[in-house]
Amino acid sequence: MNNTCVLVTCPMFTYLEQELETRFNLIKLWDHSSSKAEFFNNYSSSIKAVVGNTKVGADAKLIDSLPNLEIVASYSVGLDKIDLDKCKQRGIKVTNTPDVLTDDVADLAIGLALAVLRKVCVCDQFVRSGNWISGDFGLATKFSGKSVGIVGLGRIGSAIAKRAEAFQCPISYHSRSKKPNTNYKYYSNIVDLAANCEILVVACALTEETHHIVNRKVIDALGPKGFLINIARGAHVDEPELVSALLEGRLGGAGLDVFENEPEPPEQLFALDNVVLVPHVGSDTGETSKAMADLVISNLEAHFKGKPLLTPVI
Amino acid sequence: MESIGVLMVCPMNSYLEHELEKRFNLFRFWTVPEKSAFLATNKNSIRAVVGNSSAGADAELIEVLPKLEIVASFSVGLDKIDLAKCKEKGIRVTNTPDVLTDDVADLAIGLMLAVLRKLCESDRYVRSGKWKKGDYRLTTKFTGKKVGIIGLGRIGMAVAKRAEAFSCPISYYSRTEKPEIKYKYYPGVVELAANCDILVVACSLTEETLHIINREVIDALGPKGVLINVGRGPHVDEPELVSALVERRLGGAGLDVFEHEPEVPEELFGLDNVVLLPHVGSGTVETRQAMADLVIGNLEAHFLNRPLLTPVV
Repeated sequence: MNNTCVLVTCPMFTYLEQELETRFNLIKLWDHSSSKAEFFNNYSSSIKAVVGNTKVGADAKLIDSLPNLEIVASYSVGLDKIDLDKCKQRGIKVTNTPDVLTDDVADLAIGLALAVLRKVCVCDQFVRSGNWISGDFGLATKFSGKSVGIVGLGRIGSAIAKRAEAFQCPISYHSRSKKPNTNYKYYSNIVDLAANCEILVVACALTEETHHIVNRKVIDALGPKGFLINIARGAHVDEPELVSALLEGRLGGAGLDVFENEPEPPEQLFALDNVVLVPHVGSDTGETSKAMADLVISNLEAHFKGKPLLTPVI
Repeated sequence: MESIGVLMVCPMNSYLEHELEKRFNLFRFWTVPEKSAFLATNKNSIRAVVGNSSAGADAELIEVLPKLEIVASFSVGLDKIDLAKCKEKGIRVTNTPDVLTDDVADLAIGLMLAVLRKLCESDRYVRSGKWKKGDYRLTTKFTGKKVGIIGLGRIGMAVAKRAEAFSCPISYYSRTEKPEIKYKYYPGVVELAANCDILVVACSLTEETLHIINREVIDALGPKGVLINVGRGPHVDEPELVSALVERRLGGAGLDVFEHEPEVPEELFGLDNVVLLPHVGSGTVETRQAMADLVIGNLEAHFLNRPLLTPVV
């Protein structure tokens, strides 16, 4: 396999690149950014695999330029940066990294909810700036018992629900269809879900249908005592609407791991103390990154050895 | 009851003050410039003291109030009350258990997540514009980490129940083993610390538990271990904790309490593996209201000769 050419689309994880390099002829797309035409002339017909992530995947343009592409292995569970239709058309396999990152993302969702409601980061700053000497901090909002509404009850959504239940949070959800094996309350309409919960969590896949699924109507329904937690994709939320709702006090607060234009979240949020903003770290722990990388490697090895893929999408 | 003197020892909650004023003759101790003169003048009308985690009723105060009948604490912790003296003099003592259990347990989990996943650090990273220059670094997974709890009372159990939902194996230390509990018991704190990843202090502060977290325990917890303190500052030998954190002999800490609140060791301010909170364990609108209602409920019950709601002594 050592002369099999694998293209990695952007820097993602040193361990992954090292492991790929020991097994394949690894080509780093960003090493050739100044000479794209030359790059494609030299390498395009030898590239058999692409490793992408949440930033740079495999769009139609890239796929079209690689005539011998056999497999796209995503270092993510989300597939929104891959042109799945084009892959299907061309018979290109696609794999992702489900399950291994479910716990981390669910942990982060709960961590964000606790941090926002209990003002953990604001309090930490209050102590470090020496302000506690001048007086006690004010009161925050209790988390236990708050109703949690989950958009998308897949692996991650279910993991969030299980955790929230331990805090006695009543759970409700919205998804494309009602799930048969759960006791959680189902809402076929996301606005109804938002109107009937205090903490709304986005945990669904990003598709054409779910683009801006959290819009003005949903934000209004969630209201000035409601909180939005987004650990999915920035494009799930109409960001300008979210920003103005937060600035105007029409939404109680938000915990956000993702934004429409990463790495540039809206600066108007930076002065607010009812938001927690983290830089797309949902699965960014040492343990999970390694597990994701191992899964990418295993999928590629399986493919080039003619064995069944471990986590195929198509 | 408007002639009953109630002494509130420090500011704690305006709703509570307001409600006490409606029912009693409320004295706000912190507004009095000459405390001994004030006490000399008013000692015979003061029949109740309302304290909290910062200030309660020590032997000195109890001795100087001959008509004191009840101390109602706006806290569950009783370390600021001389319980022996109260027992001696037949003075009733009440606190605010249960109503704050959830909030304190929530905060313990919140601290664990914030420390392991560096939530406050990465929030600062985003707000400072650094994300544009590069991704934040990798942190530590929380799910599945072994959680060791010191003190398996109401709060300790509530922490355990929550941590179990994150698949954390639970172990504990307390004065006696609880046979009905399925969690693993360790007969010593050092052993508990050596066998867990995250050590949580959730016991009450007594002479026995003063500095229960000492150098030995910190060493046993180690460079990958994390300490979470939602108990009392004096549970921890603070200078030892600080040097362990600064020297990276301890992996991290989430602290809601300190030995000399509101003063926090400044050496901690530059560390990225700690989260420091200003004693906000029960600091939510909902819970403080419930605590205040319980203080009022206990005082009313006492002065109406009814059974106390949450008596300690």
